[in-house]
Amino acid sequence: MATMSELYQTVILDHNRAPRNYRAMPGATREAEGFNPLCGDKVHVWLKVTDEGRIEDVSFQGEGCAISKASSSIMTQTVKGKSVDEARTLFEEFHDVVTGKAAGEGRGKMAVFAGVSAFPMRVKCASLGWHALKAALERPNAVVSTE
Amino acid sequence: MATAAPARPAVPSTALDVEAVRADFPILGTTVHGRRLVYLDSAASSQKPRQVLDAERTFYETSYANIHRGVYELSARATAAYDAARERVARFLGARHPHEVIFTRGTTESINLVAQGYVRPRLRPGDEILITAMEHHSNIVPWQLVAEATGAVLTVAPVTARGELVLDAFEALIGPKTRIVAAAWVSNALGTVNPVARMIEMAHARGVPVLLDGAQAAPHLPIDLAALDADFLACSSHKMYGPTGIGVLYGRAELLEAVSPVLGGGDMIATVTFEQSTWAPLPARLEAGTPHIAGAVGLGAAVEYIERLDRSAIRAHEHDLLTYATARIAEIPGVTVVGQAREKASVLSFTMDGIHPHDIGTVLDSTGVCVRAGHHCAQPLMQRLGLLATARASFAAYNTRSDVDALADGLERVREVFA
Repeated sequence: MATMSELYQTVILDHNRAPRNYRAMPGATREAEGFNPLCGDKVHVWLKVTDEGRIEDVSFQGEGCAISKASSSIMTQTVKGKSVDEARTLFEEFHDVVTGKAAGEGRGKMAVFAGVSAFPMRVKCASLGWHALKAALERPNAVVSTE
Repeated sequence: MATAAPARPAVPSTALDVEAVRADFPILGTTVHGRRLVYLDSAASSQKPRQVLDAERTFYETSYANIHRGVYELSARATAAYDAARERVARFLGARHPHEVIFTRGTTESINLVAQGYVRPRLRPGDEILITAMEHHSNIVPWQLVAEATGAVLTVAPVTARGELVLDAFEALIGPKTRIVAAAWVSNALGTVNPVARMIEMAHARGVPVLLDGAQAAPHLPIDLAALDADFLACSSHKMYGPTGIGVLYGRAELLEAVSPVLGGGDMIATVTFEQSTWAPLPARLEAGTPHIAGAVGLGAAVEYIERLDRSAIRAHEHDLLTYATARIAEIPGVTVVGQAREKASVLSFTMDGIHPHDIGTVLDSTGVCVRAGHHCAQPLMQRLGLLATARASFAAYNTRSDVDALADGLERVREVFA
């Protein structure tokens, strides 16, 4: 079994304590809510997407475990400034990281979630914010469930 | 002349021999992540003693055939084993007759059977179904389904911040339009033991039948349904040391007679023609199709096992564990016990400041301790308490104070990880 320090890496604990871009966003162009019916966790993601399809701003709020909160926080940092297409690719990369399919460990801060792949029960926690992001990119006002 | 015996600490003659109980449960010898298994999730599902596993295996090896079918000896043996299981369960619950016990797939199916087969045909628009704010989703959603289909209304008796039913408000909500009261005997999320005898009295005073969700009561409390004058009770084998996939609907005979079959098929009929079919008498009428025969045999062995341990002894042992555990975890900084009812059974729900229950559960798991983390299928109750989730430790006859110590040590580990 992976150790607790491999799962709860310092970066994750830091983002859990002080999540980045943790705010509602007036004037968002897109938003979505994600629910995990298994545990009742929820996350709300807001986006400002320019006419050219660039993610100018992204924020989130929600209730969840350390993994889910840190993951949403790092998700906002990862996709900010990226194009919608790039964000979709990053979603796939992240998914590969947490399910252990990534060849390497994924890009940048995503790598800290590699430990999650040893905890299959927690993959949904890690993915919740990313699923909400994807839903917001695909439909302007979406509610998405991890189930 | 005999000398007076020296004074001894008062130990009830039926005190549980926990080490002997533990030896009956093969899984307790296993390890997880290289640690001794500390199983504190019996409210979700209990582990199984050898006596239950052996009963099923022996049945399949020596007596298995379909029931009520064959003219041959083997089918007669299988039928006898199935009927004997029903008689055992009926005795265990304090039923007046074996046919007051209907085998279902579990508590959920039992509640749905009453909702669809008994209550729904009697509902008119505006009629009321009274539940409590501490119900499991399985005692909420079946009623929403029949309410939606009939125009009836779900009314909800409130609970206090301590997790106790507000009995006055409950009584006041039983009105002329109330057609059924459905309530948990023991809350799965908080462990609250509801005053079901009083609740039944109140409902009966107004001519309203009561269904008890007994899923969390059956493994822990002495039960005498005839004395309690209960109308219906639902429970699940898998929470009471028995196999999965089988449960019980108890109903007073005259009420079960009035339950319409929800499933039609083999074994539940008297005669079938293309024009019309007539139903078999109870209990077969409500058990369409080949039942979970071996499951019933296993459940019969499970209730025999519980009776042999003695339910009062189990209750006393689990009460000791709950009291000890409540004191132990209250010493840990940041821990809050959720659910402080005066009477509780076997469930200890709690939160830790700034640490999500899922993270508590994962760290505890790394130390071999299994707890449930989440909303416990009681989201409306969690909302009432202003929570999204809790961590929950729950106890059974096979748990020990050293299991509680492992929980407390594990929670210290949680604090280290999130320091």
